[in-house]
Amino acid sequence: MTGQTDRLQAELDRPTSWPDRPARRGAPRKTVASWLFLLLGVVYFALPLVGTLIFSLRAKPMLSAWTDMLNDPQVWSTLGYSFVIGLITIIVSIVLLVPTAFWVRLRLPRLRPIVEFVTLLPFVVPPIVLVFGLITTFSRPPLPLTGTNLGSDVLLVCAYVILSLPYMYRAVDAGLRTIDIRTLTEACQSLGAGWFTILWRVILPNLRVSILSGAFLTLAIVVGEFTIANFLARPMFATYLQLIYGNLAYQPAAVALISFGITWGAMGVIALIGRGSQDKSEIGGAH
Amino acid sequence: MSYLTLTGVKKQFPGGFVAVADFNLAMEKGEFVSFLGPSGCGKTTTLRMIAGFDQPTTGRVLIDGTDITDRPPNRRNVGMVFQAYALFPNMTVAANIGFGLKVRGADKASIVRRTTELLELIGLPGKGNRYPWQMSGGQQQRVALARALAFEPQVLLLDEPLSALDAKIRVSLRAEIRAIQRKLGITTVYVTHDQEEALSLSDRIVVMSEGRIEQIGTPFEIYNFPRTPFVARFVGTLNVLSARVIDATTGRLDVGGQEMRATGAVGAAAGSAVSLALRPEILAMGDGEPDHVRLRGTVDEVTFLGAVVRIRVRLPGDAGVASVDTFNNPHLAVPARDSAVTFSFPAEACLVLDGAGRDAVVAAATAI
Repeated sequence: MTGQTDRLQAELDRPTSWPDRPARRGAPRKTVASWLFLLLGVVYFALPLVGTLIFSLRAKPMLSAWTDMLNDPQVWSTLGYSFVIGLITIIVSIVLLVPTAFWVRLRLPRLRPIVEFVTLLPFVVPPIVLVFGLITTFSRPPLPLTGTNLGSDVLLVCAYVILSLPYMYRAVDAGLRTIDIRTLTEACQSLGAGWFTILWRVILPNLRVSILSGAFLTLAIVVGEFTIANFLARPMFATYLQLIYGNLAYQPAAVALISFGITWGAMGVIALIGRGSQDKSEIGGAH
Repeated sequence: MSYLTLTGVKKQFPGGFVAVADFNLAMEKGEFVSFLGPSGCGKTTTLRMIAGFDQPTTGRVLIDGTDITDRPPNRRNVGMVFQAYALFPNMTVAANIGFGLKVRGADKASIVRRTTELLELIGLPGKGNRYPWQMSGGQQQRVALARALAFEPQVLLLDEPLSALDAKIRVSLRAEIRAIQRKLGITTVYVTHDQEEALSLSDRIVVMSEGRIEQIGTPFEIYNFPRTPFVARFVGTLNVLSARVIDATTGRLDVGGQEMRATGAVGAAAGSAVSLALRPEILAMGDGEPDHVRLRGTVDEVTFLGAVVRIRVRLPGDAGVASVDTFNNPHLAVPARDSAVTFSFPAEACLVLDGAGRDAVVAAATAI
């Protein structure tokens, strides 16, 4: 009995710290490998940018390539034009694809593989083929669109809608997968809502993050696209960039970095909005 | 004149599967009717046909004398509560509740007034600015109920609204649903596979199986006087004992070597097997009243369930085992295992089913 009490006392007297965890074998090696791969990734992505930056600063005086470009009205006009075309492309894509993806998910699930295949076609058909097809078809009656700037702009937007189809459709479709659209639609209907109200007031707001992701990808594609813009002779940012590459040495490097900055800014916005949405669902815990 | 009427409603899906066949129901205004049945019995399909989400293959749906069969769901004035709440995640609780009114073009002041009123009714005053994801499951379902009631629908439909909630909240919320329904006097159809929910909530229950109505009746009728073996088995727990017909005309039966008599002729030939269906709570240990049916057996097992003690009595031969439920009484001794006991039951409480206990009720029993 005394022995038991002593043992109990000894147990109680033991320092109340966690027992030493046995060292995990290979853990430090794993950590080193992780850092090594991260470093390789950073070097792979950052080195060309750093090189471009250094090259742009070789101009005499040092910042002249940057000031030249920032003061060049054509940089801003082509960028502005590209953004406007990008914006119109995004709006047309949303108007076209959100109801399509919604309807396919809700009422025509059997057609999904076919629709998905169609949306992937831009990966198979190169832009050069697409633009030649457009020019051949729309440079003569009954729809001679290439004859006017407005007509060419319409063709440009149409081509970009097709080009961004895989990204926008998949983004919207992925968003639709995360919400119970059937029940939400039926709830709306039972409350008296028609199809437009359902799409505008319930489905679209709940696809905000997905649509934004698709929209920024579309914007990045439109701002950087060269082939179609060049063959349709539209004053896009990419065609201007190509022009100055042929005539100037350091300025194109500065412009390339400016366009990178804008794209990164857009990605940052997506990340911020995306994180906000994730927090919501975590607090709710229900979905 | 009935308020909600379903006449000859049938739903056949492409491929030939008949989900609902010849469904006829007439509900009074303010009545609470539950559709009860196992999964796949057609209860939700019937509800969806009332809501307008599914179109009947044949038959008509009428509300207050108006045929709404061909109307789209948004033109039916029917409120619906879903199992998965289906609250709009992008809207606050108040915006969710006011959605139906906004769609109908109600002015802002009346939407605010009605929303406040409904938040009070569901016990969530001052929670209008919250988002659905900031509320518990029970609170979300209350909001869904308020949203379905906001535009004062003619009929309220509830599709297993409590299935996603835990047991305790389920019990309290079902009482709240019933209280709100009574207060507003709204005609309500409630779909559930939970017999306890249906029995405790409803004015009437429609028991369904394989797309067909098995029985329509009050909870009392459904539980105590099941008209088909399916209803007897599905609602409540049931003892099924094997018996053999001795004399079909006089209704004499052999239950494990013991004789009893049905109330009248048994619709089965002499020598053929039949089944006896008995509720556990209707059986009592001992001889009971003089006119009661008595059967003897040995105690197989005694299970203490708190307020109730369940005694399983094995009958001689292959007659089976009967569970006898008695209220727990610390002053009374429960019989020991393997001891010989007698249990009894009122004659009218026993249903005589056909051999497999599936097809038909062939007679009611009486004591010898």
